[in-house]
Amino acid sequence: MSTAELVNHKPGRNYLLSAIAIVSSVVVFVIPFVFIVLTAVKDRQQSADLDFAWPHQFRIVQNFVEVLEARDYMLVIAFINSTILTVASVTGMVVLAAMAGFVLQRRKSRWNPFINFLVLSGLIIPPAVVPTIWVLQQLGLFRTMPGLILIEIAFGLSFCILLFRAFVATIPRELDEAAIIDGAGPLRLFFRVIFPLLRSVIITVVVVQSVNVFNDFVNPLYFLPGDQNATVQLTLYNFQSQFSTQYNLLFMNILLITIPPLIMFLFFNRRIVAGMTSGAIKG
Amino acid sequence: MTITSARPKSRTDSTPAAQAAGKRFYTPYSFWFYLPTALLYSVLFLIPTFASFYYSLTRWTLFDSTFIGLDNFVMFFQEPALVKGFTNTLVFAVVTSGSKVVLGLLLAVLLTSRIIGRGYLRSVVFFPVLVSSIGVGLTFQVLMNPERGLINGALGVIGIDGPGWLTDPSWALMSIALIDVWKGVGLATLIYIAGIVSIPREYMEAARVDGAGSWESFRRIVLPLCKPATVTVIILSLIGGLRSFELIWATTRGGPGFTSDVIASVIYKQYQAGFYGLSTAGNVILFLVVTAIVLPLNWFLNRREVDL
Repeated sequence: MSTAELVNHKPGRNYLLSAIAIVSSVVVFVIPFVFIVLTAVKDRQQSADLDFAWPHQFRIVQNFVEVLEARDYMLVIAFINSTILTVASVTGMVVLAAMAGFVLQRRKSRWNPFINFLVLSGLIIPPAVVPTIWVLQQLGLFRTMPGLILIEIAFGLSFCILLFRAFVATIPRELDEAAIIDGAGPLRLFFRVIFPLLRSVIITVVVVQSVNVFNDFVNPLYFLPGDQNATVQLTLYNFQSQFSTQYNLLFMNILLITIPPLIMFLFFNRRIVAGMTSGAIKG
Repeated sequence: MTITSARPKSRTDSTPAAQAAGKRFYTPYSFWFYLPTALLYSVLFLIPTFASFYYSLTRWTLFDSTFIGLDNFVMFFQEPALVKGFTNTLVFAVVTSGSKVVLGLLLAVLLTSRIIGRGYLRSVVFFPVLVSSIGVGLTFQVLMNPERGLINGALGVIGIDGPGWLTDPSWALMSIALIDVWKGVGLATLIYIAGIVSIPREYMEAARVDGAGSWESFRRIVLPLCKPATVTVIILSLIGGLRSFELIWATTRGGPGFTSDVIASVIYKQYQAGFYGLSTAGNVILFLVVTAIVLPLNWFLNRREVDL
């Protein structure tokens, strides 16, 4: 191998490989999404064919209105419920996990190994369903939105604590010392000095966890059953039987609940990637 | 100079003194910060987990329970439907995490090489991770329809008679595993990309100088140095695979018959049927399976990592 080749070591772009990769990505990953969109705008009869055909007529608005009106505006109520659930539980997670992660990183005590063990077990152990329902019933929170919010917070805390603990380690301790010398107590030190510095990791946590909570199906299924307070994932499941002959409406529903994660992905692609890989490697 | 030498000395002096002073020693890192987290976590996670060990040994109606010993567990391993759920869980977890490791690594190598449309490809491979499992499940249920579905239609064009995917008992579980890999391979790819990008360029250049081809440098450099990423992918997808429920529930609900049931769907079915004790026993079994597989594996993989 000549020196020139070695220095100029970047090989040319491989056009054949690129073409194969792009074509197969379209077949495997893009076509299912195009199929969702096409079926969502078809009329009822054509959508029952289940095939990958161009719609005879575009019924975007009619299908949209019809799916919203189904079952007394259940989907609208579900979107409101899901928004409340996502906002409240992600806020709770961020505040609680930031506080815990901060102290866990800063204060070395003999309890730390035990606390770390608890955090990791929260990631690994599958939650015990019926006993959790039993506890919620004792507290009067079963089948209530506050109960489900607390559940989502409790199950999501471990992941958030790991991210916050890793990030707090990059904030210099001198900053804490300076704040203390200036007379800040523990609460002020945390909320006025540390918390604003956590901004970038907070964004990551908010984005990743809101997608998780919004997409969650199991916890609402167990802990908040019933049509009045269904979340969007449950409406899909409830509509499935009703819409078995109306695939256009079913796919319109799928399309609608895919839009919020899509928006998150378009705006916060890098944050999501950072959060998922760093959290993954630490966990 | 005097200050810099004095500071460490005063620190070493103050530590034993502070310990002697005990609780009066002031720290701004208050244990109170743990309180809300600890409260929520123990009430809604730790207490139910410990309670599950007791209630799995009972016949339970949420209001009163009769102790029946290990009957629930005996039933779990005698009823063919439940045993099937147990073995399916293991098969599903191993198949999905194995495929995610292989495909994730291949895709990551492809997506870090110099090809056109890298950004587009990365986005497209990753996006299904963010779509809800129920949406993906229902979409694929339609795509995998044996007579009219798109997949069998496409296979028919090239002369292959596609199987009944989700309706054929011998294919159902593997079809769901396929959907799970489709949805989850993006995360594995992402983790591998992070691993490959962090390999210093010099290693590859040194290998090139020594005359290594691309296969040799993949085999001797990329593969060993990606070991932390591999460990992460295996552990994460095993945990996810053993606990998976949403995709299975959205596509087949454990059917046809109970051929694609897993422990998590058995837990839900028994809960719906009102057998709370049996459902909780399923939970305990799932807990034991997850810890019995993940903890030793984690220990084993991380130990090997140190040897390198």
